[in-house]
Amino acid sequence: MLEIRNLHVKVEDKEILRGLDLKINAGEVHSIMGPNGSGKSTLAQVLAGRETYEVTEGEIIYEGKNLIYMSPEERAREGIFMAFQYPVEIPGVANTYFLREAVNAVRKYRGLEPFKHVEFIKMVKSKMKLLDMDDDLLQRSVNEGFSGGEKKRSEIFQMAVLEPKLCILDETDSGLDIDALKIVSKGVNSMRNPERAFLIITHYQRLLNYIVTDYVHVLVDGRIVKSGGKELALELEDKGYSSWEQSEGQNIKAANT
Amino acid sequence: MEPVKMQDTNSYLEGFSQFEKDAPGSDLSWLRSIRQDAITRFSELGFPTVRDEDWRFTNIAPIARASFQLSQNGQRTLSHTEIETFTPQGLSGIQIVFVNGRYLQELSSLKSLPKGIKVSSLVMALDKDKDLIEHHLTRYADYQKDAFLALNTAFMEDGAFVYVQRGTVLEEPIHLLYITTTADAPTITNPRNLILAEDNSQATIVEHHVSLDESVYFSNVVTEVVVGSNSVLNHFMIERESKRAFNISTLRVQQGRSSNVTSHSLLLGGAIVRNNVHPVLAGEGSECYINGLFMSTGRQHMDNYMKVEHASPHCDSRQLYKGVLDGKSRGVFHGRIIVHKDAQKTDAKQTNRNLLLSDEAKIDTKPQLEIYADDVKCTHGATIGQLDENAIFYLRSRGMTLDSARALLLFAFTSEILEHIKVDPIRNYLESLVTDWFVQGKLFDRTQ
Ligand SMILES: Nc1ncnc2c1ncn2[C@@H]1O[C@H](COP(=O)(O)OP(=O)(O)OP(=O)(O)O)[C@@H](O)[C@H]1O
Ligand SMILES: [Mg+2]
Repeated sequence: MLEIRNLHVKVEDKEILRGLDLKINAGEVHSIMGPNGSGKSTLAQVLAGRETYEVTEGEIIYEGKNLIYMSPEERAREGIFMAFQYPVEIPGVANTYFLREAVNAVRKYRGLEPFKHVEFIKMVKSKMKLLDMDDDLLQRSVNEGFSGGEKKRSEIFQMAVLEPKLCILDETDSGLDIDALKIVSKGVNSMRNPERAFLIITHYQRLLNYIVTDYVHVLVDGRIVKSGGKELALELEDKGYSSWEQSEGQNIKAANT
Repeated sequence: MEPVKMQDTNSYLEGFSQFEKDAPGSDLSWLRSIRQDAITRFSELGFPTVRDEDWRFTNIAPIARASFQLSQNGQRTLSHTEIETFTPQGLSGIQIVFVNGRYLQELSSLKSLPKGIKVSSLVMALDKDKDLIEHHLTRYADYQKDAFLALNTAFMEDGAFVYVQRGTVLEEPIHLLYITTTADAPTITNPRNLILAEDNSQATIVEHHVSLDESVYFSNVVTEVVVGSNSVLNHFMIERESKRAFNISTLRVQQGRSSNVTSHSLLLGGAIVRNNVHPVLAGEGSECYINGLFMSTGRQHMDNYMKVEHASPHCDSRQLYKGVLDGKSRGVFHGRIIVHKDAQKTDAKQTNRNLLLSDEAKIDTKPQLEIYADDVKCTHGATIGQLDENAIFYLRSRGMTLDSARALLLFAFTSEILEHIKVDPIRNYLESLVTDWFVQGKLFDRTQ
């Protein structure tokens, strides 16, 4: 489904991703862990099409297409969804309106009829129930005045509504209490199927108790330095990233000079 | 006789002597002397310049330099179809129409007015409601310090007269439509409106200024509103004139005890527009809400001058003004709040938010609080910003195009103002004007 080869990404003249490789097949769940500032969000944003990040080298192939030249909206319509680490507040735009526009934009692209009002509401209500969202959510402005937990749940709710193929979760678990974590996990698990893949960015092994991951990758200094099964997460929780940070850091310095 | 081309003070004086002989109400000595006093005052004041504190951000030299003539005799008539686009859907009721400053009976519908309501042209009222007019006209809008008010007072010819009698409640808005259309030479019109709402009454007035073409002219408008105690009055000012027109208007509201006034302005048209809103909370416990939205493109200049006067205790005022500025346009928000010595327990709040859509657009925003009482609550805040790039990306990442993301954010910005409008036909009409503006401004062409 997704293949990233030798990806280099720059922001404001600073190289953040330095030769990242990653392959994700349909039906798989991949987790990425790594220290602060290692480039996890950068990867997520680049996949979603954020223009402030400049791809200087490498390629991203999604379902046989080169993603790099696609606009964010095209990617969304092609089935890529990123749950933001910091969801944006949009005062004055009600969730219902926002969701209907988004869903119908995606449906239109897929050659489907736009939802009629009643169908739309029915669909949305069922997903709200799944994620335990309050009824007033639909009337409220997008993320405005939401608590941290509400924002994260709302991201997963949007994901459930849009039914993407590749779901990228950028630290959706950070700052969630255990109840919210269970709700979010339930939402994710209910969406797992053989056609859909997940890329889950997290700092904590905790989430992986609820979402069974197939692969864990360690991202340090803009590169994946180790990949393994879910047991790798436990190891990381135990030992941290220091061994890679030092050795890799030195290697990079050596390579640059 | 050839109309005088008025440009410098002398030619305005000359124009005045030609005008005053046949002016409506020239047989009324009180009116004659007010007009004469006003023209004298105008010639003493002269047009303001940017050295004048109240005009610091607005250079009206293009108005002062231009030469205008008074609208000519010989009424221009219009058909209903010609004005269809200016009649908000669902406002089928009371309407009074002025073309180039003069009352046009054929397009006005004043026949079956409900009991307790009078709507007529000022000229008609000078005949039929002499005493009321004499008692109120020019008593509130003080022309001693304001050249444009003095000019209007000297040259006032016609306008709307609305009289809502004690205890009368009218839900249906009264539509005052001012149309200007090409004349041989740039004209000046001086519409003068008087709205009287007696105690325990309720009314909604829609003041609507439009052009039929892109001609150059000058609308110098004054509206005096007197609101009796315990009355509710909504006023709308919709300015969508020619992009080459000048519009200076003053809304002067005198509020009685426990009255409630809401003023909404939507400025879209005009080359130079100055909208003065001046409520005086004269009666104890009165409230006013002043909302405005101004949207400018090209080289338009839009100046919103608020002067909210708290003259009695326990009064509340709320100002919410939003500007959307594109192109090389300029905007001004000057928000004065004056709290007089006796106006204890005043609660005044002012908010001005602006969105700059281009690097060359500019806004000057200036709060000015003059507080002479000691037990008051006054707050003000202003923001200037651009469309939020993070929000645009967020919307796009959910499948919306860049165009619709921008449109949605703009609409959200303006909707805070539009949502306050409780009269459905007016809100719908204004929403459609705002949406048209987004499209016509080709906001969506210069992206990417
Ligand atoms: N827009 C930007 N402008 C400048 N620097 C940026 C920008 N975005 C990210 N960076 C920098 O790039 C590096 C990687 O940031 P990124 O957000 O990808 O890290 P992360 O792994 O997600 O960290 P965290 O665990 O704290 O979320 C950091 O040093 C950060 O300061
Ligand atoms: Mg991050």
